[in-house]
Amino acid sequence: MRVDPSAGLTPMLEVQDISVRFGAVQALERVSLTIHRGEVVAIIGPNGAGKTTLLNVISGFYHPAEGRILFEGRDRTHLRPYDVAALGVARTFQNVALFKGMSVLDNIMTGRLLKMHGNVLLDALYWGPAKKQELEHRAFVERIIDFLEIEAIRKSPAGRLPYGLQKRVELARALAAEPKLLLLDEPMAGMNVEEKEDMCRFILGVNDEFGTTIALIEHDMSVVMDISDRVVALDYGRKIADGRPDEVRADQGVIDAYLGVAHA
Amino acid sequence: MIYREAGQFKSTYAADQAVFPIRQDRILVGLALVAAVVALPLVADEYWLQAVLIPFLIYALAALGLNLLTGYAGQVSLGTGGFMAVGAYSAFKLSSAFPWLNIIVVFLLAGLITALVGLMFGIPSLRIKGFYLAVATLAAQFFLVWLFNKVAWFTDYASSGTITAPPRTVLGVMVTGPEATAEVRYLTALILVGLFAVIAKNLVRGRVGRSWMAIRDRDIAAEIIGVRPLRTKLLAFAVSSFFIGVAGAEYVFLYLGSAETLAFDINLSFLVLFMIIIGGLGSILGSFLGAAFIVMVPIFLTNVPHLLDLAMPVALQKQIELMVFGGLIILFLIVEPNGLARLWQIGKEKLRLWPFPY
Amino acid sequence: MLELLYAVVVGPVKDMLGAPTFLAEVVIGGLAAGLMYSLVALGFVLIYKASGVFNFAQGVMVLFAALTLVGLMERGAPLVAALALTMLVMGALAFAIERVVLRPLVNQEQIILFMATIGLNFFLEGFGELVWGSNVKRLDVGIPDSSFMLWGIQINRLEMTAALTAAVLVAVMAVFFQRTRIGRALRAVADDHEAALSIGIPLNTIWIVVWSVAGLVAIVAGIMWGAKSGVQFSLSLIALKALPVLILGGFTSVPGAIVGGLIIGVGEKLAEVYWGPLVGGAIENWFAYVLALAFLLFRPQGLFGERIIERV
Repeated sequence: MRVDPSAGLTPMLEVQDISVRFGAVQALERVSLTIHRGEVVAIIGPNGAGKTTLLNVISGFYHPAEGRILFEGRDRTHLRPYDVAALGVARTFQNVALFKGMSVLDNIMTGRLLKMHGNVLLDALYWGPAKKQELEHRAFVERIIDFLEIEAIRKSPAGRLPYGLQKRVELARALAAEPKLLLLDEPMAGMNVEEKEDMCRFILGVNDEFGTTIALIEHDMSVVMDISDRVVALDYGRKIADGRPDEVRADQGVIDAYLGVAHA
Repeated sequence: MIYREAGQFKSTYAADQAVFPIRQDRILVGLALVAAVVALPLVADEYWLQAVLIPFLIYALAALGLNLLTGYAGQVSLGTGGFMAVGAYSAFKLSSAFPWLNIIVVFLLAGLITALVGLMFGIPSLRIKGFYLAVATLAAQFFLVWLFNKVAWFTDYASSGTITAPPRTVLGVMVTGPEATAEVRYLTALILVGLFAVIAKNLVRGRVGRSWMAIRDRDIAAEIIGVRPLRTKLLAFAVSSFFIGVAGAEYVFLYLGSAETLAFDINLSFLVLFMIIIGGLGSILGSFLGAAFIVMVPIFLTNVPHLLDLAMPVALQKQIELMVFGGLIILFLIVEPNGLARLWQIGKEKLRLWPFPY
Repeated sequence: MLELLYAVVVGPVKDMLGAPTFLAEVVIGGLAAGLMYSLVALGFVLIYKASGVFNFAQGVMVLFAALTLVGLMERGAPLVAALALTMLVMGALAFAIERVVLRPLVNQEQIILFMATIGLNFFLEGFGELVWGSNVKRLDVGIPDSSFMLWGIQINRLEMTAALTAAVLVAVMAVFFQRTRIGRALRAVADDHEAALSIGIPLNTIWIVVWSVAGLVAIVAGIMWGAKSGVQFSLSLIALKALPVLILGGFTSVPGAIVGGLIIGVGEKLAEVYWGPLVGGAIENWFAYVLALAFLLFRPQGLFGERIIERV
């Protein structure tokens, strides 16, 4: 989906001059970026550039030492992670944070927690409204399972799946929350060409069909070129490029960063 | 052959979500219930009821409670003994202060009080994790036992320092006290643990259970996808303590008859923990299997030498018991960390194919 | 209300200041007891630092060491021979534990290892009682349990010896961990078993070494405790007290174990002597744990522990 940034709508996410420090390490330094509704933005950069840290700040797991985060125009800098999730932000993790002790189905249903309103007493009886709700959510989750083509493994324990499938289940779990903004941390790491093609198809499908805004960290340049509307490049905690994929690819600073040319 | 699922299709999600989706399981459970409720009281003798079945049911309830907290929600607790004491002493005070109150209601109220205490001791769990939390629960264990020992009000100023279950009836039948028959006490414990097991199963297969397991497996990721850790953990402490408190009340009222604080010391905490480790962490069935196992070991050790005409001094038996418990814990953790419940599951898988090899 | 405040806050403080020599004796007694806790905690720290395992069975190992020593001496062995034999036994125990418990569980989560050591605790308790019997034994190490006066304060010889031994042991441990190659290897192992294996550190040997050293510490602790109060099973309960010490001091810090032990020892004694009478006594049963709990609320990693930075 191509969105015209000058259309005057409030951006989905605005990161303004964020700085994050861990002791003596400056993980992020005055990083700013804007993501518009419906965009697919890729975040690239060499290892240690601060990409995951950026996602963690947006998720509310780290709070920045300086700067602000605005979600749909409102300041959300100091929210706790579960409140950020409640705003409609879902994500996947670099190290596949699936709940190993649960089945695939349960993992995805957990993603739906924020939509479940419950009463512990009714839950204890599994009757009436509690049961009805559970079945409705199950129906919704099954649609996601169909969409991501993982029907065959829905009852398997998540911990026993091959890596590629685990990543797909994580995506399903994130989608279960019906997010407005989806943050993906290296969703295709460790996948072969076919798996990557499938993942690209799914990600674009999510963007097209549900209009979900997507920000993803990715190392594979061909994927980045194919699916993103815009690319943001980080290096040593600073933003060094921000623009269309072909612009960023040709940017000398980005090339230097990847080749490891030393700079101040 | 017999245990085949083939041909049993589920056409609705409701059918798929059922607790016993396989028809053979339903039949089995039905038979087991009939046996437990009708056959056993008729067939079993006093010894079996008093020494094996009643404590099994009560321990199973306590194990169920601890499993919810430790097995499902991942919060290690070594305070089970202390919380059972809270249940027992609350029930005692309530029944002596309000003798007209139905004893089952007393049990449930005792459970509620224990839930409140559990809630309090659960508050630190937001900041403290893993074995730090285990040590913190030790504070609860030692403090609570000391409290009931020192403050005479809890025993109604009895000079012996013990609490005794007063005789109480339900629907005209004597349920507690010296005149209550073993059969009646057995049925009471059975009905209560059955009810609680149903509640536990309902909780764990839905929203609540999932948020507990999410916290257990990856608490940070869980928080980022929207689980509220404090609320979830406190709920686990509260529900778990409720179960354990009722078990504590039953411990004195339906089993021991009278007790002093020694009955609730740290060894009880370890015992219940062993039950859920051996039975299977994060499994409702496992709580029952573990309780049964632990109850049977001393019985086994008492009776087998007798059968083999060997005289075994009591002290030696206790020592072997300790060694067996300890050894089994290690064995289970190495071989099957998911306990007897997983072995049961594996057994059922094999049964699906039997008598064919594959 | 005011009376209550007076009784709880002012009264005990007045008592303390009113009899300074008595206060000094209580404090010294507390320090000595604390040092004994520290010895047990030291064993924990060693094992945790080196293998990342929280050895719940440390207390029972102390008991087992003491039992073996006393048992051998009762059967006529002279002190030195008995000591040597006990060391061999503890070494064999360490070997057995590594083989049977640790190796099969090599990359499981910590909580599983913790529960395995609880199992070990029970096993050794039963086994120890089986082999050596369950009655209380006297342990005589040639140091009289008498007191002498120093600056008007009564000091117990046995406690002083224990304190000095502990101090020496701690100094040796500290040097060992910080300055030697083996110490560094141990720290690597504690951090990540698999990584250490992959760079060629002989995991099994290291573990045997560490558990043996911990066994040695257990022997020292066992001797000190046993000489003071006789060798009996409540020793393993006392060892449970080492857990709050570890919480205060952090699980990986040798100086932390000492400082933590001293704080707990003194705190407990003061609480029991000056506040105990207000509530009927026996505060010692839970004071250490509640103190640890209070600490955990403000500093989850203890006084000296490393800050746990969680990553996603």
